[in-house]
This record gives sequence, structure tokens and C-alpha cells, in this order.
Amino acid sequence: MSATAWAWLVLLLPLVGSIAIAIGYRTISARAAGVVGTAAIGLAFACAIAVLLGLLGEEPDARHHASSLWDYASVAGLDIKLGIYVDQLSTFMILVVTGVSTLIHLYSFGYMQSDEGYHRFFSYLNFFVFSMLLLVLAGNFVLLIVGWAFVGFASYALISFWYRRTTATKAGMKAFVINVVGDIGLVLAAFLIFRELGTFDYGPVFEQAPEAFQSGGGSITAICLLLLVGAFAKSAQLPFHTWLPDAMEGPTPVSSLIHAATMVTAGVYLIARTHVLFYLAPTAADIAAFVGLATLLVAGTIAIAMTDLKRAIAYSTMSQIGYMIMGVSIGAYSAGLFHLMTHAFFKALLFMAAGSIISAMANRQDIDRMSGFWKAMRFTSVMLLIGGLALAAFPGTSGFFSKDSILAYAEARGGMYFWMAIGGYVGAFLTALYTFRLIFRVLPGKSCPEAQELIDTGHLHHGEPINPATEELEDADVGFPGAHHHIAEQSKPMAVAMAVLGFGALFAGLIQVPGVTDVLFGFLEPVFHDSPLAEIHPSVGAEWRGLAIGGAISLLGIATAWLLWVRQPELPALFRQRLRPVYLLAVNKWYFDELIDFLIVRPALAIGRFANQTFERLVVDGLVSGTEDAVGGSGRIVRVVQSGFVRSYALFLIAGFAGLALYFLLSSS
Amino acid sequence: MNIEWYVVLSSLLFAVGATGILIRRSPVVILLCLELMLNAGNLALVAFSRMVGNQDGQIFAIVVMVVAACEVVVGLGLIVAIFRRRLPLDVDELRELRG
Repeated sequence: MSATAWAWLVLLLPLVGSIAIAIGYRTISARAAGVVGTAAIGLAFACAIAVLLGLLGEEPDARHHASSLWDYASVAGLDIKLGIYVDQLSTFMILVVTGVSTLIHLYSFGYMQSDEGYHRFFSYLNFFVFSMLLLVLAGNFVLLIVGWAFVGFASYALISFWYRRTTATKAGMKAFVINVVGDIGLVLAAFLIFRELGTFDYGPVFEQAPEAFQSGGGSITAICLLLLVGAFAKSAQLPFHTWLPDAMEGPTPVSSLIHAATMVTAGVYLIARTHVLFYLAPTAADIAAFVGLATLLVAGTIAIAMTDLKRAIAYSTMSQIGYMIMGVSIGAYSAGLFHLMTHAFFKALLFMAAGSIISAMANRQDIDRMSGFWKAMRFTSVMLLIGGLALAAFPGTSGFFSKDSILAYAEARGGMYFWMAIGGYVGAFLTALYTFRLIFRVLPGKSCPEAQELIDTGHLHHGEPINPATEELEDADVGFPGAHHHIAEQSKPMAVAMAVLGFGALFAGLIQVPGVTDVLFGFLEPVFHDSPLAEIHPSVGAEWRGLAIGGAISLLGIATAWLLWVRQPELPALFRQRLRPVYLLAVNKWYFDELIDFLIVRPALAIGRFANQTFERLVVDGLVSGTEDAVGGSGRIVRVVQSGFVRSYALFLIAGFAGLALYFLLSSS
Repeated sequence: MNIEWYVVLSSLLFAVGATGILIRRSPVVILLCLELMLNAGNLALVAFSRMVGNQDGQIFAIVVMVVAACEVVVGLGLIVAIFRRRLPLDVDELRELRG
């Protein structure tokens, strides 16, 4: 079978899984639903490997294929095919997506076990994977938009999965609305591309773009800025990021899969996919790079102040995606995608470990209440530590190589990009600091009551499920985390998934060690050879120098965290007191929610209120009741004639005929 | 005989019928007056038919008679129904359908 046939199978399997679970909702057991869901994704991963093998059997420059099943829409001048585009980039993406998804399905198999909505969960999760694969495999902008909107819906459905929680449904709506803003940007960009080039297909668009657009021209810059709106909304970059921390209301596997490993990196994929356009619009690319840099710094500072375990990791996700966006915008395409892959491993792992701890805490997410889990949950703690080390770019881990390859490129490109590299290193320090703040507060120290109970009795007190946001009791009958809690130590599927990801988080970086191995960059290189920016390569010496600096900064950050939260735990309180404005800024998330509320929500509400109270009352109601009065009034006049006297009707009839006869008589003579 | 006489007679009959409908209140008499008007029309049809010299008018007069018969059936039926419900046989009293 050819690579494209395997790619179609990759796309088909999760869809079949989703539909099968949804239809078999009443007939198959929860366990079977989990098996079907996980198997569908696992098989898709196997097919993705087959795609990779198929591509590897060809010449590097011939490794791109477009394939279409049928016409999606075909009208005058418009020919949209249900087509996919298989090249190194999409193959890389489907491998990451299906690989991580398989492990997270496996994890969910254990983690969600006592949830009443088990079928629904796996059906949604499979649908999400299908949508994400559609997004990365799409062969034209129309299917890209379809996949883009589908993942938005899947994200909404899974954030609001525990639909009795008001906080969860509100968070889902927020995510959906902000994502739709991004969808609009993407749709408008596609329209503009069609207006200029007359086609939606990737191949012709990227081939014609260099001739059709002059570099830095108005229309290409507009297209790229609109694409960026879509990318920023999906990837939670400033100022569209506010939905991501709230999205942590969803079950932890969802946070792990959608809001850390796969969906939120769609913006990175989009910029890498349209790198030809971004090369022609340097202004837009620079804006993207600056927004990425700003996001990584802002999110880093917020993550230091967050006390909610999952939200802190969510801000760290934003920050890491900031690196990727910066990377693919300045031309470090392969490096940005490399970081996407390693981030998928270690961030999914961090969320899984966090989920295990949160489960042990009976859904409480506040790190102020957590301590001493090292003794209680050794496996989870080791995994959290591995994920944290990779996130903090500890020398030798995957994050170490991937983050520094972006920064080394920025340094090699020089000019203002050199300063971006400096900003990136500052962000790396923040990353190490906030990551190890979490680890030092959760793992060592005196055990909290929950951890102590786990040590003493060896099992969990199955406390009533509560909503971590409001501390209210939950109704476990309709599918809340359930009465039982599942931790990695006691659930084999969870442990296996975490162990595999832990291995990836530690060693995935070794496929791309400067001067030693060149697996990933060599594979992806032909995709980007049409951009002169890809020609810039930092020298091996410079890369190792970057790695040394990055490693030193990482160690410095970890040491600072150790000093602040282990050695002298009274220092953070002192800082909070002395630097109160800074602390308030960070803990209130830089007031972005308030800013958006003031700039957009309130004016929109005011317009709505005007429309409701003034326009509706006066104009719309006036029209309606005016019509009603006119009809009623004329009816009241005509009513008089309808007296009920048969003889008066007869008189009208005869008089009428007589009148007519008279008229004809007079007019004929 | 001249055609005018027939037409004059027909008009007179028609006027008598119409006047009866307008001034009488008993449904039975109103039905009778209706018949009178229809037959005034029939007379004119037959007279004109003879003047023109073909039979179309006469055939049409027969059609009118059929219609008149049907109308009497319905009308008398209504009158019987009104009578059996012990409602007044007076069209001025039967005015529930006023607007």
C-alpha cells in the first residue's frame, strides 16, 4: 500500500472508533468502549508508522503526495477536493498526535474508570483525535478549516465534559468563543488566498505564492496576520490565551492530550505549513515571533504565582508554545517542531503525574494543601520529576536539546533575533523556577493528610468528589470523576502510559544532538528547503555553546527554586510582601481577563442592552404593533357591515348588481 | 309577439322576487321569491333563445331549473332543521353570525 493509503487509514480509524462507541453506547460495556477507543488510536499509530516507512522508501525530495477521495465542492471556478497532503511535516505531526494520543487513551482507561460518562469520554476523545489528524493531514485550506473547527468543538465538548459543573460549562464556552474568533481569522485568510491565487490546494498555493505576491506586500501581510489570529487563538498566545487556564476544568487526560500535547500546537503547525507565505511577509513573521516571546515571558511569570497545580502547568504550556511560535516564525522550523514533539512528551507526562496526585487529593488542585508525596507515591513522583526536568531543560533531557536548538538558531540569525534569544534564556530561567517550585512544594516535606493516609493504609480515602474551583460537592451519578480515585501506583494502564512517556521525555532529545545525530532535522529538511531562512544553520560550536548556557541557566533556575522553596521557605512570603505590585500582577494573570472584559465584553454587553431596551422596544416593537393596530382598526370598520341580517346582505348584493348594470348601461350608450 | 313584452314581464317578475326577498322575513317566502327571480331569468333565456333561433338558451334554462331544485332542497332542509330546533322562523332573529 502506498503512503497515502495508509494515511487515509490513519484518518479513518479514530472516526470509526468514535462512531462505534457512540452508537454502541447502550450495548457495549464501559471496558469495551475503552478498549475500542484505545485500539482505534493504537492502530492509527501503527498506520502512521506505515506512512513513515512508505515515505522513507522514497527519494527525500519526492516525499510529498496529494491524494483525494472525491470532490468536496465543485462549482464555477472553485474545485475543493476531499484531499490529504502527505509529506514529512504531516507525517511527523500524525506520528506525534497518534503516538501521544494512544498513551493518553491508555491512561484514561485507568484514570476515568469510575466515571459514569466513560463511553461519552472515549467517543469524544476519538473524535478529537480524528479532527486533529484531519487538521494536520488536510490537503487544502478548506479541509484545514474543517479540522480546525472540529478540534475546537472537541475541545469544547471535553472541557465541559463534567457538564453539571457551572465552572466547566463556562470554561468550555469561553474556549469555544475565543477559538471561533481564531476560526474567523483563518477563514478570512483562506478567502484572501483564494482571491489572490484562485485555489485552496496547498501545492499550487505554495508554488504560486512567490510569484503572485511581492515580498512584504499588503495582501500577503494581511493573509499572514489573519492566519496568525487563527494560530494565536488555537495556541493560546497573547492576547487570546485566557481560555487555556480555564480549560483545566476538563478531566486531566483532556488537559494532557488537547491542552498540552496536541491541539494547542496546531498554531505552530499552521505557521510551519504556511512558512512560504510567512517568508514573504517578514512583518507578520516578526509580529508572531514577538508575540511568542511576550507569551513565553508573561506566562512564565504567571506560572510562578499560580497555586492551582493544573493551571500552573497550563501557563507553562502557553510559555512553551511561545517558544515554538517564536521558533517557526523566525525560521527555526525544524527546531520549533522538535520542541513541539518533546513538549508533547514531557507536558503530557507532567499532566498525567499531576492527574495522579490530584486524584489522590480527591480532586483538590491547590498546591498549598499538597506536600510529601515523594514518600506516598513514588512512581508518580519520579514521573513528575522526569517531566519537570525535561521541562526545565535539565542537561541531557529532551527539552534541553529542543529548546536550545530554537535559541541557537535565533542567535545565529543575529540582529534583533539575538535579543529574542536572550529573552528566551530569561524564559528558560523562569521555566526552571516555576517547574521546580511545583515539584519542591508537592514532593518533599511533611506528608499532607491524604499522602499520610496513603502511606499508612496503602489505599485512598475515597472522599466525596468536589469541584476544585468552588469546593462544592459534586453529583457523581452523572459522570464526575466518580467515587473512586485512580492513581498510577494502583492502575497498570496509567503506569504503562506514564512510563513510556517518561522514557520519551528523557531520551527523545537524543535523536537531534548537535554534531552527533541529525534524525529529525534531516527528515524535515526537504519540506523547508524553499525558504531561504532554513539555510541558516548555527555552527555546531555555537549550538554546544548555547546548550552549555541553557544547561547552566536550567541548573541556576532549579537551584533558585530549591533556595526559595526548600532551603528558606520564608523567602517567598518576604518577596510577596516587598514586591507586592509585581506579585499582584502575576497572581492576577497580568489582568488580561479584566482587560478583555473592559475592552470587548462590556462594550458588547452595552450594545446588546441598547439593542434590547431601545432598538427592540421602539423600532421593532413599534413596527409590529403598528401593523397590528392597522389591521385591527380596518377590521373594526369592516365588521359593521357583517351585521347578521340576511336581508341586508341581499340588499347589498342587489344594490351592487344594480349599480354594475347601471354603470355598463351608461358606459355603453 | 314582440320580444320586448317577454323582457318586460321577466323584469317585472324579477323585481317582484327581489322586493319579496328584501321585505319578507319568513325563510319559506324568501325561498319562493328566489324561485320567482330564477324563473324570471328562465323566461328571458327562453325568449331570447326563440328570438335568436337556436336552443342554447332553452338548455341553459333547464340547467337553471336543476340548480333551482338543488337550492330548494338545501333551503328547505335548513328550514326543517331550524324548525326542529325550535328556533324562530324569522331571518332577522337568526343573526348569530354577525361580526
